[in-house]
Amino acid sequence: MIIQGPHETCFHLSPPARADATFRVTMVPGDGVGPELMTAVKEVFKAGDVPVEFEEFHLSEVQNMASEEKLDQVLTSMKTNKVAMKGKIHTPMEFKGELASYEMRLRRKLDLFANVVHVNSLPGYSTRHNNLDLVIIREQTEGEYSSLEHESVTGVIECLKIITREKSRRIAKFAFDYATKKGRNKVTAVHKANIMKLADGLFLQSCAEIAQLYPKIQYENIIIDNCCMQLVQNPYQFDVLVMPNLYGNIIDNLAAGLVGGAGVVPGESYSAEYAVFETGARHPFAQAVGRNIANPTAMLLSASNMLRHLNLEYHSNMVSDAVKRVIKQGKVRTRDLGGYSTTSDFVRAVVENLRHRPAN
Amino acid sequence: MAAHSAVLSMSKIINPFWGGRLGNTVKVFGTTLTSHRNKTLLTPPPAKYGGRHTVTLIPGDGIGPELLNHVREVFRFSCVPVDFEVVNVNSALETDDDMNNAITAIRRNGIALKGNIETKHTMAPSVKSRNNLLRTSLDLYANVMHCQSLPGVQTRHKNIDIMIIRENTEGEYSSLEHESVSGVVESLKIITRNNSLRIADYAFKLAREKGRRRVTAVHKANIMKLGDGLFLQCCREVASGYPDITFDSMIVDNTTMQLVSKPHQFDVMVMPNLYGNVVSNVCAGLVGGPGLVPGANYGNAYAVFETATRNTGKSIAGKNIANPTAMLLASCMMLDHLKLYDHATMIRHAVLKTMNETRLHTADIGGQGTTSEVVQTIMRIIQSGGQLTTEL
Repeated sequence: MIIQGPHETCFHLSPPARADATFRVTMVPGDGVGPELMTAVKEVFKAGDVPVEFEEFHLSEVQNMASEEKLDQVLTSMKTNKVAMKGKIHTPMEFKGELASYEMRLRRKLDLFANVVHVNSLPGYSTRHNNLDLVIIREQTEGEYSSLEHESVTGVIECLKIITREKSRRIAKFAFDYATKKGRNKVTAVHKANIMKLADGLFLQSCAEIAQLYPKIQYENIIIDNCCMQLVQNPYQFDVLVMPNLYGNIIDNLAAGLVGGAGVVPGESYSAEYAVFETGARHPFAQAVGRNIANPTAMLLSASNMLRHLNLEYHSNMVSDAVKRVIKQGKVRTRDLGGYSTTSDFVRAVVENLRHRPAN
Repeated sequence: MAAHSAVLSMSKIINPFWGGRLGNTVKVFGTTLTSHRNKTLLTPPPAKYGGRHTVTLIPGDGIGPELLNHVREVFRFSCVPVDFEVVNVNSALETDDDMNNAITAIRRNGIALKGNIETKHTMAPSVKSRNNLLRTSLDLYANVMHCQSLPGVQTRHKNIDIMIIRENTEGEYSSLEHESVSGVVESLKIITRNNSLRIADYAFKLAREKGRRRVTAVHKANIMKLGDGLFLQCCREVASGYPDITFDSMIVDNTTMQLVSKPHQFDVMVMPNLYGNVVSNVCAGLVGGPGLVPGANYGNAYAVFETATRNTGKSIAGKNIANPTAMLLASCMMLDHLKLYDHATMIRHAVLKTMNETRLHTADIGGQGTTSEVVQTIMRIIQSGGQLTTEL
């Protein structure tokens, strides 16, 4: 039964009224070039008088700065602020006793089930495919990333891929709701159900069930191998793609490569309550640490998306317009886009291009 | 489902003999069976991502669109994390496609805020009320209306506090009518045991939750002995499970007379569909008019919020004189349902403060203010409360 009523007594976990109107956002810089990119974001925000205050946490597995208390601190902060920006927390390749990485545990604890990467060609930077506008929605909490592996017999490893009806429905509904909200026409489910008949078959079935509730949106499905080939030959046939975890990882990176690489595409992760903003293709890029060559575009565009999520439309447009203008002008380009500028040059150019009326 | 097709195929055989008359009867069976079919569709997970909810918005006709625009303005201004999916329904069309779109949208999002969709009497009788179609398809069986006197509004009776729970899907609104003999129309009022038990249970649960002492069932069982008799019997059965709440019943003619002379004797009232319509309009009149009272339609899986008396207001549409209070309070009920209590309290407080303290009233309660003035005042009060807002 749905019975509700006004709750006039104090029921809130956080104070409702804030007279100074500054938004608090959790920031986890992560590894590799993460800290440099976050510095870039902070500089641009300061120049633009953006009313956002960052709460920083340095959580890192490779630099031995990770522990359970740190993870709990980050989680508490995120649960209070509800919005976060993060860099990539690198997962070391060797098995040190824990199958789930810190990043995966963060995602699971916050139930960040949907990862959205909006792949947009940048105006002014031409690639083999121009004017691309593609959205990739990836289920982020189960699938091949369930961290369930064991060795029952020596030399034989079983790695379990988990697909559940509830989570598949949830991500399918997210994808269709996203398409409805943004006015998209088609949702394509990517799978390998000819081989994994039960697992990916369940995923497909859930997508088809949810598709019935959206008669205006066209629903199709495509096998992952064909999808990869089509993406590099004719990516314009896709609109919104929805898929389980591992395929999502691959397609995210592939699509990012189509428009300019990991330095260019922003991404965000959603749960029912929280939103985390990061880059689309998550790489720590450890070779670039200290060399001032990383491309901050992805992180800046992601910061702009975060401002839009916080309802700060004016500031969001200001930041994204500045970044797009710098790229379009073509004079200041970092190494990955074929230029010679440093990260600081790029940030300076963005700051100069911020069309902002400073508050006097 | 099988029964439906069986009846239809039977009608095809019998039709030539009986002309068009039995044809109507077949449609009769069609409507009741549809609502059963829709119950088996899956209920999807809620549409809440990144802390933002998605709610279906159906502007409707008359004053609906302008009032709902004001609601959207107030929400945007107060940074309420709700996104609206607007679904337009054209009431002038004969087909139900628009309405089915709207119903699917509500199935997806789970919650809706709507204006009233006009049902023209001049259209063919096969064009059924769209609002009714929405309520039966989504099985929104309880209509809840809380009538409270507002201190700033002049009325003959003060300090009224009545909750009206009205069965929303059957009764006289079953849309089952036929003309077996020319010049003789039979209109069927359906009362079922299941639905009566369900609504009585809802009423008593709500009364207990709100700490109410008395539930009154309104009926006409002296005339409709079997129909309303069944309703009354179901209410009595449910009442026996709630010994802390007094239960009594009153015939509808006496009820309306008592409401206008001594309304303070009533606490919670439960009744079938048509009496609910009449009694809720009377109560709305007692507290100040149709522009003041919000209403909610609840089902097991869906909830739709609108004004309590469901007026289209065609004569005052576009003139900026409609009272936004009812729609804004309905949107606060929606926020409570979404568990956004802080935002709901804030907006409700601002609306009531405008009504009671600044005495800025629209024409329907005897004032001179326009709708936009009232909405601007509400937004100013919200801003002065210190809450995070965007620019005015």
